[in-house]
Amino acid sequence: MEEFLSLISFGPGGWGDLILAGTWMTIRLALATVPFGLVLGFLIALAKLSERKWLSFIGEAYTTVFRGLPELLTLFIIYYGGQMLLQEAVGLVSDARIEVNSFFAGMIALGMVFAAYSSEAFVGAFRAIGRGQFEAGDALGLPRLKTWVLVILPQLFRLALPAIGNLWLVLLKDTSLVSVIALTDLLRQTSIIVGVTKQPFAFYALACLIYLVLSIISSIGIGALESRLGRGYGERAR
Amino acid sequence: MSFDVLLRYGPRLLEGAVVTIEIVALAIVIGAVLSLPVAAARLSRNPLINGAAIGYTAFFRGTPLLAQTFLVYYGAGQFRPFLQDVGLWWFFRDAFNCVVLTFSLNTAAYQAEILRGAIRSLPRGQFEAANALGLPRGVTMLRVVLPQALIVALRPYGNEVILMIKGSAVASVVTVFDLMGATRLAFARTFDFSVYLWAAVLYLIVVETLRRVWNRLERRLTRHLRPAA
Repeated sequence: MEEFLSLISFGPGGWGDLILAGTWMTIRLALATVPFGLVLGFLIALAKLSERKWLSFIGEAYTTVFRGLPELLTLFIIYYGGQMLLQEAVGLVSDARIEVNSFFAGMIALGMVFAAYSSEAFVGAFRAIGRGQFEAGDALGLPRLKTWVLVILPQLFRLALPAIGNLWLVLLKDTSLVSVIALTDLLRQTSIIVGVTKQPFAFYALACLIYLVLSIISSIGIGALESRLGRGYGERAR
Repeated sequence: MSFDVLLRYGPRLLEGAVVTIEIVALAIVIGAVLSLPVAAARLSRNPLINGAAIGYTAFFRGTPLLAQTFLVYYGAGQFRPFLQDVGLWWFFRDAFNCVVLTFSLNTAAYQAEILRGAIRSLPRGQFEAANALGLPRGVTMLRVVLPQALIVALRPYGNEVILMIKGSAVASVVTVFDLMGATRLAFARTFDFSVYLWAAVLYLIVVETLRRVWNRLERRLTRHLRPAA
């Protein structure tokens, strides 16, 4: 045990720095993915609710595909597919080799999956808000944009938050998949350390523990956010 | 999308799909059995038993499946002398076994939560009525509680199976040739990107078929709960 503690210490001879760097990379990837996933999910929700048949069809098809594919496969398709497309595009003007950044590929792939699920949460929230809120905004003479920003969006986020909180927890775990395309996240760093120290069980258990702590901290944060957005609605309305 | 790669590697992909279905079917069934004691422990009033079950579900639901798989598959290597002594090394040496073990433990945690939620959703009156009839606890559970709880749990169970099919792609990272593993092999040999798209089509067929069959099943099993048309 003491030996293991010295292995995970910081500075020379310890692997603490690497583990910390990996954890930070995991957090950064998850945080970078959320805004992209939320915006895309919101747009897809709008497409699904559109009265134009072809638009709502595209929205539904998007969700069916990206909820049905394994996240790992989506990641590979974006990573290798993106590489190929960019290579062809660049190949028109020069013969430079293109390497797609694994952080960026991970962010796009996980964000697309996040969008497929969050669009469902937004659709549910839209239905719960109802047309009356738009009509009330019109009746008050608010411009459309203001109705959106001041009336609809705050309610939308309150209603969609529990589902989006769950998606965040799933996303946090899915970031580990990006280690397969060589992003030096927590899991990848752990594998590198295991390669040197030959202590797979101890270090993978430590990595699991760190993921668990991140999940627990997130759950507490989400709970706090939910009660903050739910203030003024009482216990039941949440 | 090119057909060459499909002609050459199509049979391999199908074999991979069969392995995927094997892994998922084994894990779901073993997980279902394991989830019963876990759910029972979660409903127990003994803080020690309850706490252990909370720890179990928190661990498996709060950490990535890939990390769990590494922990079991590579982690077992650290205990190799011990495992050889107790005669279990043959089991952990095979990636397929490790994957099935990890996935079973993982889905058991999720299934236990589904089961617990379903049992808690039943009105107290059901338990009280069974008590008033003098039914023993075991009979109450088997004949009164579980049949009603399983109906409630049907939809989340279906979602769990689909999540497991998707999650099982992780097995390819530890050298199991499931659908994802066969796809990666084909790509490594041909550098033909379209093999990934064919794999996507296969996964979608599996998942969508299951979703539709499950909807049918649910409609049939709950037909006594709908008002007659």
